[in-house]
Amino acid sequence: MNTSKAKLETVKAPSNIASPDEMLQYYKDMLLIRRFEEKAGQLYGMGLIGGFCHLYIGQEAVVVGVQSALKKGDTVITAYRDHGHMLATGMSANGVMAELTGRKGGYSKGKGGSMHMFSREKGFYGGHGIVGVTGPLGAGLAFAHKYRGDGGINCAYYGDGAANQGQIYEAYNMAALWKLPVLFIIENNKYGMGTSQTRHAAGELYKRGEAYGIPGEKINGMDVLVVRQAALKAVEYIRGGNGPMILEFSTYRYRGHSMSDPGKYRTKEEVEEMREHHDPIDTIRTVLTDTGKFTEDNFKQIEKEVKAVVNESAEFAQQSPEPDASELWTDVML
Amino acid sequence: MSIQILMPALSPTMTEGKLAKWVKNEGDAVKPGQVIAEIETDKATMEVEAVDEGILGKILVPAGTEGVAVNTPIAVLLEDGESAGDVAAPKAAPKAEAKTEAAPAPSCNPQSAPQPAVAAPAPEKEWTGATASVTVREALRDAMAEEMRRDGEVFVMGEEVAEYQGAYKVTQGLLQEFGDKRVIDTPITEYGFAGIATGAAFAGLKPIVEFMTWNFAMQAIDHVINSAAKTLYMAGGQLGCPIVFRGPNGAASRVGAQHSQCFASWYAHCPGLIVMAPWSAADAKGLLKAAIRNPNPVVFLENEMMYGQTFDIPADPDFILPIGKAKIERAGTDVTITAFSRMVGVALQAADKLAEQGISAEVINLRTLRPLDTETIIQSVKKTNRLVSVEEGWHYSGIGSEMAAIMMEKCFDDLDAPVVRVYGADVPMPYAANLEKLALPQANDIIAAAKKVAYAA
Repeated sequence: MNTSKAKLETVKAPSNIASPDEMLQYYKDMLLIRRFEEKAGQLYGMGLIGGFCHLYIGQEAVVVGVQSALKKGDTVITAYRDHGHMLATGMSANGVMAELTGRKGGYSKGKGGSMHMFSREKGFYGGHGIVGVTGPLGAGLAFAHKYRGDGGINCAYYGDGAANQGQIYEAYNMAALWKLPVLFIIENNKYGMGTSQTRHAAGELYKRGEAYGIPGEKINGMDVLVVRQAALKAVEYIRGGNGPMILEFSTYRYRGHSMSDPGKYRTKEEVEEMREHHDPIDTIRTVLTDTGKFTEDNFKQIEKEVKAVVNESAEFAQQSPEPDASELWTDVML
Repeated sequence: MSIQILMPALSPTMTEGKLAKWVKNEGDAVKPGQVIAEIETDKATMEVEAVDEGILGKILVPAGTEGVAVNTPIAVLLEDGESAGDVAAPKAAPKAEAKTEAAPAPSCNPQSAPQPAVAAPAPEKEWTGATASVTVREALRDAMAEEMRRDGEVFVMGEEVAEYQGAYKVTQGLLQEFGDKRVIDTPITEYGFAGIATGAAFAGLKPIVEFMTWNFAMQAIDHVINSAAKTLYMAGGQLGCPIVFRGPNGAASRVGAQHSQCFASWYAHCPGLIVMAPWSAADAKGLLKAAIRNPNPVVFLENEMMYGQTFDIPADPDFILPIGKAKIERAGTDVTITAFSRMVGVALQAADKLAEQGISAEVINLRTLRPLDTETIIQSVKKTNRLVSVEEGWHYSGIGSEMAAIMMEKCFDDLDAPVVRVYGADVPMPYAANLEKLALPQANDIIAAAKKVAYAA
């Protein structure tokens, strides 16, 4: 495998990369994340969600495409823009939304919040608020896969901003040295908070593994099928005992860094251009329509189903009581 | 059914704002994610996006309105087949905080609050059988080897732990017995390997991370605290972190400021961690075995000066010590002296000298700094009515400060003298032999402190 290969946005995945039904599922999975995040934004606006809330809107194709290439037993870890990853790993919308509202029915009983949720059952290891930690923590989860010989791999997600943290390179070094089964995934949404990549990163991010012998590719992260194709290839390489790999997905968040970001560091035209012409959900929908197998009714039905799940989660997240006061003192130690 | 669009809060602190502009007009179709209006707060101008699909039926708050409270209905969205005439007058804005009534939160005052720490420690068993003479270094090695034989998921990771046999030879022989899968040399990269070990512990493995010294672990303190100590709580109890971080702490000899710092109070400060500081070989072995078996993250503070010292320890292969239990190393009646790590030995020397002068000192080896065995200390002070706290590190916000606070809170009526703290000089550790000696607590300092509280000076 070449160590570094940039891919242009014009690259399309072969039509057999997924069956029409699988593609329809990706559409549904992405739509669920989109609608869930919109609802979260609404609940935030109503004061029902507090603190920081980082929405994944626009980036859906990355996690849905990567997840489609994984198998049961693999593990996932990410930073704080994490609601999409939770839903993609199969965590319940109710549990995630109730955590956002800080309620008893949340995944962390309301004690973690937006940035801190976990599900051992679904292989999801957070949800971390410190930028860059997912490099070593993900390599550590991969270390456990290798130690136990369970055949699993870890997907360690982080952003373009985190790619500048030193600990990422400490993790690269050991992961390569010990051939750990870890896929480093850079979700490059072009901005580390309000600082554009051109102002925060020298050189190309996907090439930063070269000195360690870690192959890297830059992939269009706005097309779920292209993401899937790249992830399938990377996962096969990693499962083959070759050590880590880096996939940099070029993606875009439509919303601010967090809810309280006025977004003055980029133009409205730039955001509009991505929304109108590169939206991952619109893109797969066009592909699905072109198969001739699905009609407007199919999409309406899915929209209805997704809306029902999201509305139920919002209802649950408001009805679930706040954690009991006694919970202040629990779960500090085992 | 029509949907009310409410004035959103766009930051954790926003309560009202100006509705600056409507981007969509009455009658316009809107889709989720589309910008419909702009609002201004004292900090910024922000966009309001539609959450639902429909027709903007009626604008309730015109552009330019100032001081619109969060959650006030600002417009009505119509769904398929509705007309603006169907829209009923808006209801009063719902309360921003739709919170359920909670019982009064427990006080943060530790006197009344339940303690989140581990269950009360089991009393230390009486070990009456044969004893063996071993160094602290061998005791630590034996503890790791025994636990690695017992549990295949325990492994050791750190700089020079394998081929070099340990920078201080603490891991001697482990590579030969357990192989390079379980005894792993790392690059010099504390932040990275502390994170990798913590990730492995999230997955359920039981890493023992050796820091060549705790001074270097400052590069890794983010993972020790933010990742290892806090995750169980942040996960609502779902995800623990069974890991031991160990290595020499405090002053060695003539290695200067960056290699001679005590981190006891740093880690003891943090909920979610167990912090231990052994003195003798028995402490080293019994506590390290307990640390490895414990499901929580443990910070294990050794002392390089102790590695070569020899002690008798129980030969019983099941020997283990309880976490959170101090040990009265020498019973006495006139003054209580608390110490940990190497300072226990210095305190015992001081106690010998004090005995010659007719002062009976009770020396408590704290062993675990979090959770602290306050009961043993309190019971001792109830008897002696005097406390001297000894530590090698700096006094400011130190372990001795905590001792003084405990005495104020729990033993105010029992004290016959103010607590006296003995500690390292409040300076970076000097290199010159004479200055280094002056910077570290000596037996004479403890003797002077004991005499002061006993009004025998």
